[in-house]
Amino acid sequence: MAVERNLLEVNNLKTGFRFGEEYHNAVDGVSLTLKKNEILAIVGESGCGKSTLATAIMGLHDPNNTKITGEILYKDLNLTDLNEKLYNRIRGNDIGMIFQDPLGSLNPLMTIYNQIAEALIYHSDLNEKQIKERVLELLNQVGIPRPEQIMKAYPHELSGGMRQRIVIAIALANKPPIIIADEPTTALDVTIQAQILDLMRDIQAETGSGIILITHDLGVVAETADRVAVMYAGQIVEEAPVDVLFKDPKHPYTRSLLNSIPHELEEGEELHVIHGTVPSLQNLPRKGDRFRPRIPWIPDEAFDEDPELTEIAPNHKVRGNSWKHFHFEGEEK
Amino acid sequence: MGFLEVKDLKVHYPIRGGILNTIQDHVRAVDGVNLTIESGKTYGLVGESGSGKTTIGKTIIGLEKATSGEILYEGENVTNRARSRKKKYANYNKDVQMIFQDSTSSMNPKKRIIDVMGEPMRNYFDYTPDEIKRRVAELLDIVGMNSEAMYKYPHEFSGGQRQRIGVARAVASDPKLIIADEPTSALDLSVQAQVLNFMRRIQKEYDLSYLFISHDLGVVQHMADNIAIMHKGRFVEQGPKQDIYRDPQHIYTKRLLSAIPDMDPSTREAKKIERQRVEAEYDAQETEYYDTDGRVYDLQEFRGSHFVATKPEGPNRSLQNEAINTGGEA
Repeated sequence: MAVERNLLEVNNLKTGFRFGEEYHNAVDGVSLTLKKNEILAIVGESGCGKSTLATAIMGLHDPNNTKITGEILYKDLNLTDLNEKLYNRIRGNDIGMIFQDPLGSLNPLMTIYNQIAEALIYHSDLNEKQIKERVLELLNQVGIPRPEQIMKAYPHELSGGMRQRIVIAIALANKPPIIIADEPTTALDVTIQAQILDLMRDIQAETGSGIILITHDLGVVAETADRVAVMYAGQIVEEAPVDVLFKDPKHPYTRSLLNSIPHELEEGEELHVIHGTVPSLQNLPRKGDRFRPRIPWIPDEAFDEDPELTEIAPNHKVRGNSWKHFHFEGEEK
Repeated sequence: MGFLEVKDLKVHYPIRGGILNTIQDHVRAVDGVNLTIESGKTYGLVGESGSGKTTIGKTIIGLEKATSGEILYEGENVTNRARSRKKKYANYNKDVQMIFQDSTSSMNPKKRIIDVMGEPMRNYFDYTPDEIKRRVAELLDIVGMNSEAMYKYPHEFSGGQRQRIGVARAVASDPKLIIADEPTSALDLSVQAQVLNFMRRIQKEYDLSYLFISHDLGVVQHMADNIAIMHKGRFVEQGPKQDIYRDPQHIYTKRLLSAIPDMDPSTREAKKIERQRVEAEYDAQETEYYDTDGRVYDLQEFRGSHFVATKPEGPNRSLQNEAINTGGEA
């Protein structure tokens, strides 16, 4: 039996930003894999490093101010070794990208047709007629009505939901095996968000590509992901299939986060609040359990010196052992 | 009886064009809205971007001009008078405060927190500097912050802390109503929980009312007693929270509710099918809920205090039925 090969493999990736002479890691030792046909969600609050991770995979960091170590393996390549020229061949062809702000990712001076065609001209040798056919096909695929007319329009003439569909069409243009979507629906209204998420799932089922979905919204995760990695302070603290993560979360951070979602409350009940704040990059303690300062009522002996991400059940990984001793404040274990 | 009443409020913006730059048409941002606010209650105003929800809040507090309609405060007409410096309206200015979405741009970066929070006190009360200091410390304590914070500048705080200072400042003039425009939309989940908790605590302590404007149906469900759903500048449905969430009547409300992501991954497929069904229903029944100009109908009583904007019953409807019948016979 052939072992299914990982589409993308990230090994001990570290991404440091320069502050004066020093580099501080925003992504601090992340390892993950992406398979064909799956949507992997990376979820966490602002400053946890999720977007830095995505940007590193896309090779969009400024090399003068960032230091990247570790491996990003795609086919037989280690992407961290590639120079800009080679990376340009990978981006758009092998890795499609979808960003949060559709207006910012489109060129306001180019028609929709030219923007989608650009990706095809750069990466393929289709002739003009074939390109036009492919653009129409893509617009249909992402559910744009009247594609013949829309294709001649400029970005400002379209609504936010339509623009995001165009961005998705560009990302799909060369049928990339990997798509990275960084907060693709954050700027959109909830009805449009539902449409875009449905679209992403449909496209994924059609093309069999692997999608990395970066988001802060647990609702989006529950609706779309197959597998979830939760990040805190530059590290993955828990990784599990989506149903397991919502039904049986283990890590204290995951549990705290799920508990602070607004819902209807009983009289006198309050939402769960996580103590303290996320430390800034320079002040982040790199030793010991990084979540420890935020759960001060848990006794010291519950924490590891150097918490590792370990598999506690098939496909379910949790960092450290503190989860075994965790309970919410004022609650019995 | 509420202390603040909004009657048939309309805010229209002219669209200018043509050679002489004449008014060609109007954008009807708010187009006939009624609202009564009682003390100690939270009113949720929900809608998608462009529905006019923020405009209502801004008009009440006087940052936008009403085109027509009335805003009555304790029976006194205060429409478009909110920013007036006349003594007559001073109470109104003091009693209605606002919290904005972006805490950074809603505070003067050159002022320390004590000055930011002391301003409403200096405007409306005759406090001595010592009293101001004491009061600022007291308010900071209520929102869970150290009194040393008053000597810092806004940029020294995190987004969540700044938003809590925004809440504390709104309370400083001892208001009756706080208009909260997306107060937690820019915040992380755990920080949002903090701000929402403090808002609820303060509400109890001071018997405040909130007009809570948000696009996030989960947050509104958590905060509000009464909810109004807005679309195209008008209310499509209004009523107690339970009625709206458990028994939505208007097709737009149904569509909005079905689009909220569910935290249970196992119901994903069922949700998607339901969503597509509602979407199809929305397209099919659009004429039932919107008139020929695409305008939302007037609210009709559905059950008790639950109102829904539906086609008015009566001659209109029977006429239409007749037309269909005769069509069938011919």
